[in-house]
Amino acid sequence: MRYLVRRIGFLLIALWAAITLNFFIPRLMPGNPAIAMMAKFHGHLNPASLHAIEVAFGIHTHENIFVAYVQYIGNTLQGNFGTSLSNFPNSVTSVISKALPWTLGLVGITTILGFIIGTAVGAIAAWRRGGVLDSVLPPVFIVVSAFPYFWIGLMAIWLFAITLNWLPFLGGYTETVTPTFTVSFILDILNHAVLPAFTILITSIGGWILTMRNNMITVVAEDYVKMARAKGLRPRRILWQYAGRNALLPNLTGFAMSLGFVISGAILVEFVFNYPGVGFMLLQAVENEDYPLMQALFLLITVAVLVAIFLSDIATAILDPRTRNQE
Amino acid sequence: MKFSTIVKGIWSFIRRDKKAMAGTFILFGLLLIAAFPNFFTPHDPAAEVYMPGVGLSWNHILGTTSFGQDVFSQLIAGTRQSMMIALVVGFLCTILSVLVGITAAYAGGWLDDLLSLMTDVVLVIPTFPLIIVITAYLKSASFWLMVFVLVVTGWSYGARQLRVQALSLRNRDYLLAARARGESSIYVIFVELIPPMTSLIVANFLGAALYAVLAESSLQFIGLGDISTQSWGTMLYWAQNNAALNAGFPIWALAPGIAIALLGSALALLNYAFDEIANPALRPVRAKQLRAVKS
Repeated sequence: MRYLVRRIGFLLIALWAAITLNFFIPRLMPGNPAIAMMAKFHGHLNPASLHAIEVAFGIHTHENIFVAYVQYIGNTLQGNFGTSLSNFPNSVTSVISKALPWTLGLVGITTILGFIIGTAVGAIAAWRRGGVLDSVLPPVFIVVSAFPYFWIGLMAIWLFAITLNWLPFLGGYTETVTPTFTVSFILDILNHAVLPAFTILITSIGGWILTMRNNMITVVAEDYVKMARAKGLRPRRILWQYAGRNALLPNLTGFAMSLGFVISGAILVEFVFNYPGVGFMLLQAVENEDYPLMQALFLLITVAVLVAIFLSDIATAILDPRTRNQE
Repeated sequence: MKFSTIVKGIWSFIRRDKKAMAGTFILFGLLLIAAFPNFFTPHDPAAEVYMPGVGLSWNHILGTTSFGQDVFSQLIAGTRQSMMIALVVGFLCTILSVLVGITAAYAGGWLDDLLSLMTDVVLVIPTFPLIIVITAYLKSASFWLMVFVLVVTGWSYGARQLRVQALSLRNRDYLLAARARGESSIYVIFVELIPPMTSLIVANFLGAALYAVLAESSLQFIGLGDISTQSWGTMLYWAQNNAALNAGFPIWALAPGIAIALLGSALALLNYAFDEIANPALRPVRAKQLRAVKS
């Protein structure tokens, strides 16, 4: 219980830190950049939304900064992020809700898939210490981890889409087709997801393999694993239920910690493939100087990562009784 | 432990380990290129005077861009920025990590709680989106600005690791003895506590340097760095903006990625080797030992 309370406390503090960063970053910049943005959109917006932006970015207001800060936190907690400037008059929330399913589908599924496959492969590699998997995989993935994510995407496009002409590489579905709920449209979506998914999988799986392998090597040397062997338990049972379960714990924490990196990579992968998700939208918002949209997306990505970390903390507590009892 | 013995220890380790040796070799070569680029460039990297879109040829080993620049010369000229970013950001991140991690572990109490909380919060906030937000407001990030942003977002992982190790060392007998002798905290930290942590500190430097290289090239690629500078990331930016892949100049986009990966792998290989020093269980099983176990 105490563990749970502490984790919830941490979640709230990290959330507060992210919202505070969001509030102060534009105010700390030399020559408030929001003023330039305002000048650009003057006349396109109605006075009410202009005023909302002025309050959000602290322009022309003689309000006390603390009052503005409290207001900002209040607005954020209510999910009120104002109007998107590049998609006027749509609200930021409605614009984001269109991009969100794409990212959840692509990045969510590939991340979970990468974690499961990578963990399994890493466990097997460590189990057969000195075997083919164990000696080939670490150096291969050390090199792969050094490539920029987006570059792997570029190469996938060049090889599979342009040179071999096997797969499409732009967007989430064929532009000329109207989205309908049919088998052919779903196949079209899947077809467009293959290359970005492959890119994310290739670049993220190495981390899971290496950390799981390294944890597993430490765990396999423990006495209770020797005991299990001495009892004559089936190797498969020792591998997954004795050693694997314990080696998984640090990997779960690692999952949480490296999720930020995966998301960063996914932003660039979406950018390279023009995939209509949150990451691509973030970079478009930057290009269009749509600061309200950009800030809301940053916060959304941060919240997603924080919630995933929280869930993995809970999973750790369920799998490991020691965490629950620790003071 | 004396500083010179540590350096000797590290060097003898590098000499024996194949991964570390390969990493050191590549890193040294790239340092040389970064220090004396003019010695290696066959053409002026900035000049747009050659036949555009030439493929592989004797005169232009890696062909030319659609602006008529020599790709190989640009690659050489871009080495310096990536190396500088790697070294400077790696160095500053490491200093910050050591400062925060060891202070937290050594001081304990409320200061430890506060510093650990700060470290964890910075660790979980996704860095790349944050970097994008900061640089978006600044329009174009100069070298030192990029360094600043990367250091501010990149120190936390190392600080956390170093704190854990310093905590495990804190109550060892030799440290208690030093304190009982009445040595100052500064002495205990710098002479007794930090030297045994060298391999972890070096691993952290390499990790931070790798992070910096990848993040910098990503920033340059999406055009949030300074697109007028010579760097591998800006090469990728211009290649992408001129549809190099579709237009039949794949090498323009291929080459800088491989260069980044070469530097990245050198750092990652060394990093892995230093992880193996910190945790001997990870060292590769030698064939002889395996046979001994099996028989």
